[in-house]
Amino acid sequence: MNRIREYVPAVALGLAVISIWECAVRVFNISPILLPPPSAVYVRFMNSLPLLGGDFVETILKAMIPGWMIGSLAGLAGALLCDRLPFLRRGLLPLGNLVSVLPLVGVAPIMVMWFGPGVAPKIAVIVIMTFFPMLVNATAGLQASGQLERDLMQSYGSSWQQSLLKLRLHAAMPFIFNALKINSTLALIGAIVSEFFGTLVVGMGFRIQTGSGSQSLDLVWAEIVVAAITGSAFYGLLALLERRVTFWHPSYRR
Amino acid sequence: MRTERKGHVLPVAVISICLIVAWYLAAIPMNESVAQSKIQAAGGGLFNTLAVTWNFERPVMPAPHQIMNEMWNTMVLVAPWKVKSLVFHCWVTLSSTLLGFILGVALGIGLAVAIVHSTLLNKALMPWIIISQTIPILAIAPMIIVVLGSVGLTGLLPKSLISMYLCFFPVTIGMVKGLTSPEVYHLDLMRTYNASRLQVLWKLRFPASVPFLFTSLKVAIAIALTGAIVGELPTGAQGGLGSRMLVGFNFGQTMQVWAALFAGAILAAVLVYSIGRIEKFVFAARGAKS
Repeated sequence: MNRIREYVPAVALGLAVISIWECAVRVFNISPILLPPPSAVYVRFMNSLPLLGGDFVETILKAMIPGWMIGSLAGLAGALLCDRLPFLRRGLLPLGNLVSVLPLVGVAPIMVMWFGPGVAPKIAVIVIMTFFPMLVNATAGLQASGQLERDLMQSYGSSWQQSLLKLRLHAAMPFIFNALKINSTLALIGAIVSEFFGTLVVGMGFRIQTGSGSQSLDLVWAEIVVAAITGSAFYGLLALLERRVTFWHPSYRR
Repeated sequence: MRTERKGHVLPVAVISICLIVAWYLAAIPMNESVAQSKIQAAGGGLFNTLAVTWNFERPVMPAPHQIMNEMWNTMVLVAPWKVKSLVFHCWVTLSSTLLGFILGVALGIGLAVAIVHSTLLNKALMPWIIISQTIPILAIAPMIIVVLGSVGLTGLLPKSLISMYLCFFPVTIGMVKGLTSPEVYHLDLMRTYNASRLQVLWKLRFPASVPFLFTSLKVAIAIALTGAIVGELPTGAQGGLGSRMLVGFNFGQTMQVWAALFAGAILAAVLVYSIGRIEKFVFAARGAKS
């Protein structure tokens, strides 16, 4: 009961915003070309489920999730390599910190030139965007275990592998999950923005771009709803998984 | 501190050189197929292959010196107020980045102050602030630009709004953490002084939040720049690094795309570095030991 009460203000605010939006569009007679009312978006959403589903498969299932996985795994592998080779860490980490603030989504046009339209350039863009956040975070995470614990592992005579699997990877998990969350947003952006630069005639980015050009904004908003639900669901699943994996972390203690 | 920095210079230099060498090596096979006829015309052989693949006009993968050359040509040799100048496009992007950044930071700090002082607002706003970031706003940037354009809002402001939307989030999150970071006994001390909420905010909470603020600002300025660049994608004619990329892409001007990408990278590095300098300056002014 208490948990439900926690969400009452947020839900109330959400409903208020939607009602004000709906009323404002009707009262001020705003043209649907500018801002379609939520009811029109809902109708459009329900009427074009197959179309939206096709875009979802193309953009989310075929590009975003594979790209997110490859990029994050590659970043993790890079972090492990950096952990093994301190020279590499000292060299790559400052570069990684620099690269992770760059507007990397700008490589989208180049990737489309290289791979042509389709899924490949999107995955490439996402891998480039997600690699560095994971590299930087996971490297920081692998340093996060306390000196005491590491000394204990050493006094047990544990190998690098053992202390990695039994101690340091666990200590790194909050950092890794942080990167996974950052990357889930980046991956969605990468997939959609890549589609602005030429694609097959399916996909959420393609629909958003042609929709805003041809003034069928209700369809664009329907895509936005899909993107928002996907993004939130992804984030929620990760948060849930994080809670299960890092149950020992102070932020989850009751 | 000094030894720490010294420890980084050599590895960074070695790895950078390795990356550049790898880049040059990668450029050979990537350009070889498109440049095949030219290599044949030059007489073939290893030397000609290198000479052609590293200097091809429309390369699949331009060599680093070609990009530097293109940037030199468009940034130094062209007057900065001409549309052909990359400096002009950088300025267009930079101005909307900075406007969006200022708006976003103001919004972010305002929201954080409200959230810290009201439990109701905390409960009502916080979930939506988090959900707002799972919406790929960058992806709907074209629509926002088109819609705002048809209401008569063109130029700087629509792009800035996208930057603002992107960069208020890290500021809000960081500032909520920062404003709640004072210890309980510091807050108690303020109570015994009978300080008003405004005084507590001004004399205790704000100073305590400064380190958090600067960490957030570095993230915020970087994504504000990304937002401005993506916001420029649909506004082809108006200039900016994003439109430069799109135009270059549409007309097959590979070098132009690469040069714009690098200009964006340099801009991002300079912006984040500047925030770092200001941070150091502010900390020093407040008596931090360097």
